Amino acid sequence: MNNTDLKTQLIADFRTAEGRMNGEAKSAVHQVRQQALERFDKLGFPTIRHEEWKYSNVKNLVNQAFDFNAVTNFSAKDLEEMPIPNLEGNILYFINGIYNTELSTIVSPMSELQILTFAEAAKTQPALVEQYFNKYSDYQDNAFTALNTAFAQNGVFVHVPDNKVVAQPIILRFISDARTLNVASQPRNLIVVGKRSEVQIAESFRSFGKNASFTNAVTEFVVGEEANVHYYKVQNESDKSYHIGTTSVLQAGKSVFTANTVTANGGFVRNNLNIKIDGEYAEANMFGLYIPNGKQHIDNHTAVDHAKPNSNSNELYKGILKGKSTGVFNGKIFVRQDAQKTNAFQSCKNVLLSEDASMNTKPQLEIWADDVKCSHGTTTGQLNDDALFYMQARGISKDSARALLTLAFAQDVIDKFEIVAIKEYLQALIEEKIYQG
Amino acid sequence: MLKISNLQAKIGEKEILKGLNLEVKAGEVHAIMGPNGAGKSTLASVLAGRDTYEVTGGEVDFEGQDLLDLAPEERAALGVFLAFQYPVEIPGVSTTNFLKTAVNEMRKYRGEEAMDAVQFLKMFKEKMKIVNIDQSLLNRSLNEGFSGGEKKRNEIFQMAVLNPKLAILDETDSGLDIDALRIVAEGVNKLKSPDNATIVITHYQRLLDFIVPDFVHVLYKGRIVKSGTKELALELEERGYDWIKEELGETV
Repeated sequence: MNNTDLKTQLIADFRTAEGRMNGEAKSAVHQVRQQALERFDKLGFPTIRHEEWKYSNVKNLVNQAFDFNAVTNFSAKDLEEMPIPNLEGNILYFINGIYNTELSTIVSPMSELQILTFAEAAKTQPALVEQYFNKYSDYQDNAFTALNTAFAQNGVFVHVPDNKVVAQPIILRFISDARTLNVASQPRNLIVVGKRSEVQIAESFRSFGKNASFTNAVTEFVVGEEANVHYYKVQNESDKSYHIGTTSVLQAGKSVFTANTVTANGGFVRNNLNIKIDGEYAEANMFGLYIPNGKQHIDNHTAVDHAKPNSNSNELYKGILKGKSTGVFNGKIFVRQDAQKTNAFQSCKNVLLSEDASMNTKPQLEIWADDVKCSHGTTTGQLNDDALFYMQARGISKDSARALLTLAFAQDVIDKFEIVAIKEYLQALIEEKIYQG
Repeated sequence: MLKISNLQAKIGEKEILKGLNLEVKAGEVHAIMGPNGAGKSTLASVLAGRDTYEVTGGEVDFEGQDLLDLAPEERAALGVFLAFQYPVEIPGVSTTNFLKTAVNEMRKYRGEEAMDAVQFLKMFKEKMKIVNIDQSLLNRSLNEGFSGGEKKRNEIFQMAVLNPKLAILDETDSGLDIDALRIVAEGVNKLKSPDNATIVITHYQRLLDFIVPDFVHVLYKGRIVKSGTKELALELEERGYDWIKEELGETV
């Protein structure tokens, strides 16, 4: 199957689904879907001639056939094979994109938050969904976001009203069950956090089985004034997985948004994180860690748009690259003319553990205001020889010393996880991958 | 314990050690002095196994084994300890975790059972007293942001924990004020026993006021050119190195 074929297939799928709709086809949400499909049709899948996709070639992805929203018999027993020990909170399971009621638990009271599947919310609360849907993730220049928007159906709508501290985290576990065939899913999440509220949300992506999987995810956050949101994205998918994910955030004044994106494993990964700071005295934090090995490819594109004065952004991404893996980091910082007194810091550090691994980094700063503090730095190197010898001279074998140093390099990003069960889960995954040699 | 015969080593194309001989017996303290560039630190690095130096000839026998055949971690496990002139900062690894890993890897190498957390706690407490080191320092990332004195004290603490047969102190006095020097030297003296030996590499005699050597050697142009007792160190302090060069027939 070539590029055009997957595209043709998706467009045909869209028309079929549309034909089965009754009244919903006329709804405002569906109007957006239609426009997005038209845009996708026009854009087509990107090639490496596209500046944003220069180092990430989706050729192998679009040359494969996938079954979208395949129904499976995934059960609680299968879940035992992918435990996250001691995980507590609101845990929602999506198998091949489809919400699984039986496995899921919602513990927070309705007064603290509302969690609905996207489809449910579109039906029962169309006004609320319309107010926010697709206002923050621009699909005009991103074929994958356009595609996701056209098929927006699966995923969740989370609404935290004003003045609520949500005690229990929300954990969304997306599992691609690729045991019998190539599967694809397109989760669409919309998270609206009211003024002065606090919440922690984790998205965990996992694939299961020997076949290929493709996840095309879009998550939108609307963060109210003085709200504090912690967002975690945890990826542990197979070498035959393709993951394209976009997280778009709109922050109001005095809000704090912290994103932690950790890619423990994945075949081909592209994470876009776009934050717009649209209020004063707000803070955005972006932390990331990626550990590709073999022929894995992990690409993180981040963009923070300072639209108003007196706000801060901090960014730290770290990469550990082994085997013949490749990594990409592209960090954009925009400081608009009005955004005086902006502080924006960006850092991307990488360790190459093999001669065949490679990393492409590109900071992009566009600063239109004159009274700002911005800094950026990227480093790509090997483990420190002096440190390795120092450890060996204390009786630590070379392999252990390398692993210990590598783990220490990653540790500060892991330590930023505040959901203890997920932090411990990641710690174990990362240690295992580092010690794999 | 240690017998170095005709040791030759180079870095790149530059020959640094040019046939060095030295014998150290259990219970002894040897001082190695010499002008800058004589090869003092090279000797320390070669004994510890740093691979930036290429050994081109000679032998190093340590208790019946040829050290030069062994990896740095194997030498450490056999009881060779190098106190670094410039201890390396290792962000993200605490001194305690570092030492627990080191102790247990060495024990594994020697076929001994691993120590558990309770045993470590007890041992660390005892050893902390020897160098008067604080727990809070040990919980921090290894050497990161430590003062010069703290780094050297930490080296001696590590030495106390690892309990080596042969300790090589490479310019341990550099960058230390007199109080820090005294604490470090007292630590070394407390660890002295009839079963272990110490090689003190230093540029200045003042450290030898505190760690009194049985033998003093002058290292010059990659060889030991003169050996004596502690009086030799005093003489070097007073007269410098020029008279030694003259003795060797060089014009100064």
